[in-house]
Amino acid sequence: MNSRFTWFNVTAIVLGFAFLYIPILILVIYSFNESKLVTVWGGFSTKWYAGLLENEQLMDAAWITLQVAFISATIATVLGTMAALVLVRMGRFPGRTLFSGMIFAPLVMPEVITGLSLLLLFVAINFDRGFWTIVLAHATFTMCFAAVVVQARLTDFDSRVEEAAMDLGASPVGTFFQVTLPIIAPSVISAWLLAFTLSLDDLVIASFTTGPSATTLPMKIYSQVRLGVTPEINAISTIMIAVVTVGVLIASYMTKMQSARMERDRRAADAAAN
Amino acid sequence: MRKWMVIAAPYVWLLLFFLIPFFIVFKISLSESEISIPPYTPVFSLSEGWESIRTKLGELDFEKYAFIFSDELYTSSYWSSLKIAAVATFLTLLIAYPLAYGMARAPKEWQPTLMMFVILPFWTSFLIRVYAWIGILKNEGLLNAFLLHIGAISEPLQIMNTTTAVYIGIVYSYLPFMVLPLYASLEKIDGRLLEAAEDLGSPPWKAFWQVTFPLSIPGIVAGCFLVFIPATGEFVIPDLLGGSETLMIGKTLWSEFFNNRDWPVASAVAVLLLLVLIVPIVAFQWAQQRAREAGR
Repeated sequence: MNSRFTWFNVTAIVLGFAFLYIPILILVIYSFNESKLVTVWGGFSTKWYAGLLENEQLMDAAWITLQVAFISATIATVLGTMAALVLVRMGRFPGRTLFSGMIFAPLVMPEVITGLSLLLLFVAINFDRGFWTIVLAHATFTMCFAAVVVQARLTDFDSRVEEAAMDLGASPVGTFFQVTLPIIAPSVISAWLLAFTLSLDDLVIASFTTGPSATTLPMKIYSQVRLGVTPEINAISTIMIAVVTVGVLIASYMTKMQSARMERDRRAADAAAN
Repeated sequence: MRKWMVIAAPYVWLLLFFLIPFFIVFKISLSESEISIPPYTPVFSLSEGWESIRTKLGELDFEKYAFIFSDELYTSSYWSSLKIAAVATFLTLLIAYPLAYGMARAPKEWQPTLMMFVILPFWTSFLIRVYAWIGILKNEGLLNAFLLHIGAISEPLQIMNTTTAVYIGIVYSYLPFMVLPLYASLEKIDGRLLEAAEDLGSPPWKAFWQVTFPLSIPGIVAGCFLVFIPATGEFVIPDLLGGSETLMIGKTLWSEFFNNRDWPVASAVAVLLLLVLIVPIVAFQWAQQRAREAGR
């Protein structure tokens, strides 16, 4: 595409981004509001942030959420990378259609269904509900997102590099760790980050699969939101937004650096070959 | 041998945690509700032997389904979920198309940054983004305060706790899902096609409808599926922004499960929701598969 860039296009972009970002900006601004009322600006204050640190229940929930997200994202990335390899490199095998179906269906599956079905599984096998059931549930639905992210990268890299490594005597496992993995590394990192934030964010699936012992941050926020808008929730939301934004910016910077380095290496290789 | 193991690990995981649970949901939807823990009578249990399974199989019934179809609460929940999701998908498309179109026409060096800013809200919490609208839309909220201040209205508008608020919430939350596939298909269009159309005397709007729009249809289709399917079963948005008049099936399932503690009915509601969505889900998979094969 990329012909003329008109005023109409500029307006569409500006309005679109305003719609996407103004609600978030308002939320951030009002987290620094001295007044408890949402519509009245009572001056700048960080007192709601200070209050958060003293709220032990909230801090506990935040800690559990981070642990769940870390463990489930790691499981999801390993399984998702394997699933992506299966989809892109393994060709046809019996049950392939079912497999790709099970990878893509959870992407659009309503969360209430996923949550309910996993809960009933855990009840059926008599698995104690709590921390680990949330981890298993999150690993399952985020691995599909991880698989799609890694798959996109695997599809567009030159598989002849792998074939060359194998011709030179590398084992399939050696080829994967020495050739394939370094090339797809940025997408594996973004897959992990995506799985991590999806887990951090999830309310519905966690509510279904948890037991009395584990309450996650979104569950905590949800129960408070139902009682109304408070500057405290704005403050905790702002922290979560800040963490995610910084994470995404770092990840995209790393991807940029990596692709710049690969480009340089390729030029050097081309120059050497000539 | 190793190849076999790489396939087996994710395969077995998904069978165990994705596919089998659906059969359990189906099984429990055929059970009787009971006040106990867990709150249903098992249809059959393996420990009781084959004889008992056979007698219990005879007792299987679709009573919960009959109940759902006879109760207007459920049938109108399904209809209004589908209606709300369809209207919201269309509204999302209307807003996303000009944005994606503008992005695809923007200077090449801006495009990765624009992309990142569309994806960024998707990474920040869904719950928080829905919550952000409560402060804006409620009667004493910022939108009403602003409109009252400039004198556009004399009384606060009731937006919060209405279906309108649910539309706003869905459009806002799912906008990136629509923009990304649209942008991907618009960005691929060869600019020379449009130049050719213009050289042959076609006015810009005609070139758009006859060249750009047809070529962007795969993106439209993918975006609509990505919004429509999850929106149909949405729980958070109707629960936080909608009122009692907004019936959506995700909310009905949630309250059946958490408030009424009727697991068999909740399971039957889930099975029916899945049946309603199976056609769009399979169509989505098929479209994805075709796009992947075309991309090779």
